[in-house]
Amino acid sequence: MMDLDLLLSLAHNFAKVSLVSVGGISVMIPEVHRQVVEMNNWISNDQFASAFALSQVAPGPNILLMTLVGWRVAGWAGMLVATAATILPTTVLSVMANRLESQLIHARWYWVTRKSLPPLIVGLIFSSGIVTAKATGLDALGLLIVACVAAHFYLYKSNPLISIMVSIVVGVIAGWLGFL
Amino acid sequence: MGEVSLWNLFSGYILVGLFGFGGISASMYYIAVDKRAWITPEEYTAALSLGQVLPGPGLMNTCIIVADKFHGLKGVFLALMGLLLCPILILLALVTVYDHYSQLPEVQHATYAAAAASVGLIFGMGLKLARAIIKSKTAFFFMASAFIAIGIFKWPLFETILALAALSIAVGYLERE
Repeated sequence: MMDLDLLLSLAHNFAKVSLVSVGGISVMIPEVHRQVVEMNNWISNDQFASAFALSQVAPGPNILLMTLVGWRVAGWAGMLVATAATILPTTVLSVMANRLESQLIHARWYWVTRKSLPPLIVGLIFSSGIVTAKATGLDALGLLIVACVAAHFYLYKSNPLISIMVSIVVGVIAGWLGFL
Repeated sequence: MGEVSLWNLFSGYILVGLFGFGGISASMYYIAVDKRAWITPEEYTAALSLGQVLPGPGLMNTCIIVADKFHGLKGVFLALMGLLLCPILILLALVTVYDHYSQLPEVQHATYAAAAASVGLIFGMGLKLARAIIKSKTAFFFMASAFIAIGIFKWPLFETILALAALSIAVGYLERE
Protein backbone atom coordinates (compact mmCIF):
# COMPACT_ATOMS: atom_id res chain seq x y z
CA MET A 1 0.00 0.00 0.00
CA MET A 2 1.60 3.24 -1.12
CA ASP A 3 -0.42 6.25 -0.23
CA LEU A 4 1.54 9.37 -1.08
CA ASP A 5 -0.72 11.73 0.85
CA LEU A 6 -0.36 9.60 3.94
CA LEU A 7 3.44 9.57 3.65
CA LEU A 8 3.62 13.31 3.05
CA SER A 9 1.39 13.96 6.01
CA LEU A 10 3.52 11.65 8.17
CA ALA A 11 6.71 13.42 7.03
CA HIS A 12 5.25 16.86 7.65
CA ASN A 13 3.90 16.00 11.10
CA PHE A 14 7.02 14.23 12.37
CA ALA A 15 9.44 16.85 11.04
CA LYS A 16 7.37 19.57 12.71
CA VAL A 17 7.25 17.69 16.02
CA SER A 18 10.97 17.01 15.93
CA LEU A 19 11.87 20.62 15.23
CA VAL A 20 10.25 21.93 18.41
CA SER A 21 11.14 19.01 20.67
CA VAL A 22 14.11 20.31 22.57
CA GLY A 23 14.63 17.50 25.07
CA GLY A 24 14.44 14.51 22.78
CA ILE A 25 12.01 11.74 22.00
CA SER A 26 10.40 11.64 25.43
CA VAL A 27 9.21 15.19 24.77
CA MET A 28 7.66 14.20 21.43
CA ILE A 29 5.47 11.37 22.72
CA PRO A 30 2.32 13.37 23.61
CA GLU A 31 2.23 15.11 20.23
CA VAL A 32 2.95 11.92 18.27
CA HIS A 33 0.13 10.20 20.17
CA ARG A 34 -2.19 13.12 19.49
CA GLN A 35 -1.35 13.07 15.78
CA VAL A 36 -1.33 9.36 14.96
CA VAL A 37 -3.96 8.06 17.39
CA GLU A 38 -6.36 10.87 18.28
CA MET A 39 -6.50 13.10 15.22
CA ASN A 40 -5.79 10.81 12.28
CA ASN A 41 -6.64 7.35 13.62
CA TRP A 42 -3.66 5.94 11.76
CA ILE A 43 -3.04 3.39 14.51
CA SER A 44 -4.97 2.27 17.59
CA ASN A 45 -4.19 3.12 21.17
CA ASP A 46 -3.11 -0.49 21.76
CA GLN A 47 -0.72 -0.38 18.80
CA PHE A 48 0.76 2.84 20.13
CA ALA A 49 1.20 1.38 23.60
CA SER A 50 2.87 -1.76 22.26
CA ALA A 51 5.10 0.28 19.92
CA PHE A 52 6.17 2.32 22.92
CA ALA A 53 6.94 -0.80 24.95
CA LEU A 54 8.78 -2.58 22.11
CA SER A 55 10.88 0.46 21.25
CA GLN A 56 11.98 0.62 24.88
CA VAL A 57 12.98 -3.04 25.00
CA ALA A 58 15.00 -2.98 21.74
CA PRO A 59 18.52 -1.52 21.79
CA GLY A 60 19.30 1.71 19.95
CA PRO A 61 18.38 5.37 20.03
CA ASN A 62 14.96 6.31 21.42
CA ILE A 63 14.03 7.56 17.97
CA LEU A 64 13.04 3.96 17.21
CA LEU A 65 9.61 4.77 18.61
CA MET A 66 9.05 7.05 15.61
CA THR A 67 10.46 4.37 13.29
CA LEU A 68 8.04 1.81 14.65
CA VAL A 69 5.05 4.14 14.55
CA GLY A 70 5.91 4.83 10.90
CA TRP A 71 6.09 1.09 10.26
CA ARG A 72 2.66 0.55 11.85
CA VAL A 73 1.15 3.41 9.84
CA ALA A 74 2.53 2.58 6.37
CA GLY A 75 4.97 -0.35 6.33
CA TRP A 76 8.50 0.00 4.95
CA ALA A 77 7.83 3.35 3.28
CA GLY A 78 6.24 4.70 6.45
CA MET A 79 9.19 3.51 8.48
CA LEU A 80 11.71 5.27 6.25
CA VAL A 81 9.69 8.45 6.02
CA ALA A 82 9.03 8.64 9.78
CA THR A 83 12.68 8.03 10.65
CA ALA A 84 14.05 10.47 8.07
CA ALA A 85 11.51 13.18 8.94
CA THR A 86 12.44 12.96 12.62
CA ILE A 87 16.20 12.92 12.12
CA LEU A 88 17.14 14.90 9.02
CA PRO A 89 16.02 18.40 9.99
CA THR A 90 17.84 18.23 13.30
CA THR A 91 20.87 16.61 11.65
CA VAL A 92 21.21 19.69 9.48
CA LEU A 93 20.82 21.93 12.55
CA SER A 94 23.40 19.89 14.48
CA VAL A 95 26.01 20.15 11.75
CA MET A 96 25.38 23.89 11.42
CA ALA A 97 25.54 24.38 15.17
CA ASN A 98 28.77 22.40 15.40
CA ARG A 99 30.39 24.57 12.76
CA LEU A 100 29.13 27.81 14.31
CA GLU A 101 29.73 26.81 17.90
CA SER A 102 32.69 29.11 18.48
CA GLN A 103 30.42 32.03 17.59
CA LEU A 104 27.39 30.69 19.43
CA ILE A 105 29.07 30.51 22.82
CA HIS A 106 29.65 34.26 22.75
CA ALA A 107 26.04 35.10 21.88
CA ARG A 108 23.86 36.18 24.75
CA TRP A 109 20.66 34.71 23.30
CA TYR A 110 22.35 31.31 23.24
CA TRP A 111 22.96 31.33 26.99
CA VAL A 112 19.56 32.79 27.82
CA THR A 113 17.93 30.09 25.68
CA ARG A 114 20.00 27.38 27.31
CA LYS A 115 18.88 28.55 30.73
CA SER A 116 15.25 29.21 29.84
CA LEU A 117 14.19 25.99 28.11
CA PRO A 118 14.95 23.22 30.66
CA PRO A 119 11.87 23.89 32.88
CA LEU A 120 9.64 23.47 29.80
CA ILE A 121 11.41 20.21 29.01
CA VAL A 122 10.71 18.87 32.48
CA GLY A 123 7.02 19.76 32.07
CA LEU A 124 6.96 17.97 28.72
CA ILE A 125 8.60 14.87 30.16
CA PHE A 126 5.88 14.64 32.82
CA SER A 127 3.35 15.11 30.00
CA SER A 128 4.86 12.11 28.23
CA GLY A 129 4.50 10.09 31.42
CA ILE A 130 0.78 10.91 31.64
CA VAL A 131 0.10 10.29 27.95
CA THR A 132 1.91 6.94 27.84
CA ALA A 133 0.29 5.87 31.11
CA LYS A 134 -3.16 6.59 29.66
CA ALA A 135 -2.33 4.93 26.31
CA THR A 136 -1.22 1.80 28.16
CA GLY A 137 -4.42 1.76 30.23
CA LEU A 138 -2.72 1.07 33.54
CA ASP A 139 -4.55 -0.71 36.37
CA ALA A 140 -3.48 -0.94 40.03
CA LEU A 141 -0.58 -3.35 39.37
CA GLY A 142 0.62 -1.23 36.45
CA LEU A 143 0.56 1.89 38.61
CA LEU A 144 2.51 0.03 41.28
CA ILE A 145 5.18 -0.86 38.69
CA VAL A 146 5.27 2.78 37.54
CA ALA A 147 5.72 4.00 41.11
CA CYS A 148 8.44 1.45 41.97
CA VAL A 149 10.43 2.00 38.77
CA ALA A 150 10.13 5.79 39.04
CA ALA A 151 11.26 5.79 42.68
CA HIS A 152 14.12 3.40 41.93
CA PHE A 153 15.31 5.40 38.94
CA TYR A 154 15.02 8.66 40.88
CA LEU A 155 16.96 7.41 43.89
CA TYR A 156 19.64 5.24 42.29
CA LYS A 157 21.89 5.31 39.24
CA SER A 158 20.75 2.19 37.48
CA ASN A 159 20.51 0.72 34.03
CA PRO A 160 16.94 1.29 32.74
CA LEU A 161 16.91 -2.08 31.01
CA ILE A 162 17.22 -3.88 34.35
CA SER A 163 14.07 -2.12 35.61
CA ILE A 164 12.23 -3.10 32.45
CA MET A 165 13.37 -6.74 32.65
CA VAL A 166 12.44 -7.09 36.33
CA SER A 167 9.03 -5.55 35.57
CA ILE A 168 8.46 -7.98 32.70
CA VAL A 169 9.17 -10.93 35.02
CA VAL A 170 6.81 -9.45 37.63
CA GLY A 171 4.14 -8.91 34.94
CA VAL A 172 4.32 -12.47 33.61
CA ILE A 173 4.25 -13.99 37.12
CA ALA A 174 1.37 -11.71 38.13
CA GLY A 175 -0.45 -12.93 35.01
CA TRP A 176 0.02 -16.58 35.97
CA LEU A 177 -1.24 -15.83 39.46
CA GLY A 178 -4.30 -14.11 38.01
CA PHE A 179 -3.51 -10.54 39.05
CA LEU A 180 -3.57 -9.17 35.49
CA MET B 1 41.51 15.66 19.10
CA GLY B 2 43.47 13.06 17.16
CA GLU B 3 42.71 11.18 13.99
CA VAL B 4 39.84 8.70 13.90
CA SER B 5 39.48 6.53 10.80
CA LEU B 6 36.14 6.23 9.01
CA TRP B 7 35.94 2.55 9.90
CA ASN B 8 36.71 3.29 13.56
CA LEU B 9 33.89 5.85 13.56
CA PHE B 10 31.37 3.63 11.74
CA SER B 11 32.06 0.49 13.78
CA GLY B 12 32.01 2.58 16.96
CA TYR B 13 28.54 3.92 16.17
CA ILE B 14 27.31 0.42 15.40
CA LEU B 15 28.34 -0.54 18.93
CA VAL B 16 26.75 2.60 20.38
CA GLY B 17 23.46 1.52 18.79
CA LEU B 18 23.70 -2.13 19.82
CA PHE B 19 24.70 -1.39 23.44
CA GLY B 20 22.15 1.39 23.80
CA PHE B 21 19.41 -0.06 25.93
CA GLY B 22 16.93 2.56 27.08
CA GLY B 23 18.55 5.19 24.87
CA ILE B 24 22.13 5.70 23.77
CA SER B 25 23.42 8.16 26.38
CA ALA B 26 25.42 5.59 28.37
CA SER B 27 26.69 3.64 25.35
CA MET B 28 27.79 6.80 23.50
CA TYR B 29 29.87 7.89 26.47
CA TYR B 30 31.29 4.38 26.86
CA ILE B 31 32.41 4.10 23.22
CA ALA B 32 33.38 7.70 22.42
CA VAL B 33 35.20 8.49 25.65
CA ASP B 34 36.07 5.31 27.57
CA LYS B 35 36.59 2.63 24.96
CA ARG B 36 37.72 4.32 21.74
CA ALA B 37 38.94 7.62 23.22
CA TRP B 38 37.73 9.67 20.26
CA ILE B 39 37.17 12.65 22.55
CA THR B 40 37.88 13.72 26.13
CA PRO B 41 35.12 13.92 28.78
CA GLU B 42 35.25 17.72 28.45
CA GLU B 43 34.74 17.56 24.68
CA TYR B 44 31.94 15.07 25.23
CA THR B 45 30.20 17.34 27.72
CA ALA B 46 30.43 20.24 25.28
CA ALA B 47 28.97 18.14 22.44
CA LEU B 48 26.29 16.83 24.80
CA SER B 49 25.10 20.24 25.93
CA LEU B 50 25.10 21.58 22.38
CA GLY B 51 23.15 18.50 21.19
CA GLN B 52 20.57 18.97 23.89
CA VAL B 53 19.91 22.66 23.24
CA LEU B 54 19.04 21.73 19.68
CA PRO B 55 15.60 20.34 18.92
CA GLY B 56 15.06 16.69 18.10
CA PRO B 57 16.68 13.61 19.57
CA GLY B 58 19.36 15.15 21.80
CA LEU B 59 21.77 12.22 21.95
CA MET B 60 21.54 11.66 18.20
CA ASN B 61 22.43 15.33 17.78
CA THR B 62 25.45 14.80 20.02
CA CYS B 63 26.51 11.75 17.97
CA ILE B 64 26.17 13.80 14.77
CA ILE B 65 28.19 16.68 16.21
CA VAL B 66 31.01 14.31 17.20
CA ALA B 67 30.97 12.62 13.78
CA ASP B 68 31.04 16.00 12.02
CA LYS B 69 34.13 17.02 13.99
CA PHE B 70 36.11 14.10 12.55
CA HIS B 71 34.80 13.47 9.06
CA GLY B 72 32.24 16.13 8.14
CA LEU B 73 29.15 15.05 6.26
CA LYS B 74 30.66 11.67 5.36
CA GLY B 75 31.09 10.98 9.06
CA VAL B 76 27.56 12.17 9.81
CA PHE B 77 26.13 9.79 7.22
CA LEU B 78 28.12 6.85 8.60
CA ALA B 79 27.09 7.77 12.15
CA LEU B 80 23.39 7.73 11.23
CA MET B 81 23.71 4.42 9.39
CA GLY B 82 25.79 2.85 12.15
CA LEU B 83 23.42 4.00 14.88
CA LEU B 84 20.21 2.99 13.15
CA LEU B 85 20.65 -0.02 10.86
CA CYS B 86 21.17 -2.81 13.38
CA PRO B 87 18.67 -1.50 15.96
CA ILE B 88 15.98 -1.10 13.27
CA LEU B 89 16.49 -4.69 12.08
CA ILE B 90 16.38 -5.98 15.67
CA LEU B 91 13.25 -3.94 16.32
CA LEU B 92 11.48 -5.25 13.22
CA ALA B 93 12.39 -8.83 14.19
CA LEU B 94 11.02 -8.16 17.66
CA VAL B 95 7.80 -6.69 16.23
CA THR B 96 7.32 -9.65 13.90
CA VAL B 97 7.69 -12.08 16.80
CA TYR B 98 5.41 -9.89 18.92
CA ASP B 99 2.69 -9.74 16.25
CA HIS B 100 2.86 -13.52 15.84
CA TYR B 101 2.46 -14.23 19.55
CA SER B 102 0.58 -11.14 20.72
CA GLN B 103 -2.50 -13.19 21.59
CA LEU B 104 -0.60 -15.18 24.23
CA PRO B 105 -1.43 -13.86 27.71
CA GLU B 106 2.24 -14.02 28.74
CA VAL B 107 3.23 -11.78 25.82
CA GLN B 108 0.43 -9.34 26.63
CA HIS B 109 1.41 -9.20 30.28
CA ALA B 110 5.10 -8.81 29.45
CA THR B 111 4.35 -5.93 27.05
CA TYR B 112 2.04 -4.32 29.56
CA ALA B 113 4.69 -4.55 32.29
CA ALA B 114 7.42 -3.24 29.95
CA ALA B 115 5.22 -0.28 29.05
CA ALA B 116 4.45 0.38 32.73
CA ALA B 117 8.17 0.23 33.56
CA SER B 118 8.94 2.62 30.70
CA VAL B 119 6.33 5.04 32.02
CA GLY B 120 8.00 4.74 35.42
CA LEU B 121 11.38 5.53 33.83
CA ILE B 122 9.92 8.64 32.21
CA PHE B 123 8.57 9.87 35.56
CA GLY B 124 11.84 8.94 37.29
CA MET B 125 13.80 10.91 34.70
CA GLY B 126 11.38 13.84 35.06
CA LEU B 127 11.86 13.82 38.84
CA LYS B 128 15.65 13.69 38.54
CA LEU B 129 15.65 16.62 36.13
CA ALA B 130 13.16 18.56 38.24
CA ARG B 131 15.41 18.15 41.27
CA ALA B 132 18.32 19.60 39.30
CA ILE B 133 16.50 22.28 37.33
CA ILE B 134 13.40 23.55 39.10
CA LYS B 135 14.94 25.93 41.60
CA SER B 136 12.84 29.07 41.24
CA LYS B 137 9.16 30.02 41.09
CA THR B 138 9.65 31.05 37.46
CA ALA B 139 11.09 27.64 36.59
CA PHE B 140 8.19 25.93 38.39
CA PHE B 141 5.68 28.11 36.56
CA PHE B 142 7.07 27.14 33.14
CA MET B 143 7.30 23.46 34.03
CA ALA B 144 3.69 23.46 35.26
CA SER B 145 2.47 25.43 32.22
CA ALA B 146 4.07 23.01 29.78
CA PHE B 147 2.68 20.04 31.70
CA ILE B 148 -0.88 21.39 31.89
CA ALA B 149 -0.96 22.59 28.27
CA ILE B 150 0.48 19.43 26.70
CA GLY B 151 -0.11 16.65 29.23
CA ILE B 152 -3.61 17.62 30.43
CA PHE B 153 -5.19 19.83 27.74
CA LYS B 154 -3.29 18.17 24.89
CA TRP B 155 -2.78 21.40 23.01
CA PRO B 156 -0.75 21.16 19.79
CA LEU B 157 2.94 20.97 20.68
CA PHE B 158 4.32 23.19 17.92
CA GLU B 159 2.35 26.35 18.64
CA THR B 160 2.28 25.84 22.40
CA ILE B 161 6.01 25.33 22.75
CA LEU B 162 6.90 28.21 20.44
CA ALA B 163 4.72 30.49 22.59
CA LEU B 164 5.97 29.17 25.93
CA ALA B 165 9.61 29.20 24.80
CA ALA B 166 9.30 32.79 23.59
CA LEU B 167 7.77 33.81 26.92
CA SER B 168 10.36 31.89 28.90
CA ILE B 169 13.27 33.39 26.94
CA ALA B 170 11.78 36.87 27.34
CA VAL B 171 11.54 36.33 31.10
CA GLY B 172 15.12 35.01 31.06
CA TYR B 173 16.28 38.25 29.45
CA LEU B 174 14.35 40.42 31.92
CA GLU B 175 15.70 38.53 34.93
CA ARG B 176 19.26 39.23 33.79
CA GLU B 177 18.73 42.97 33.44
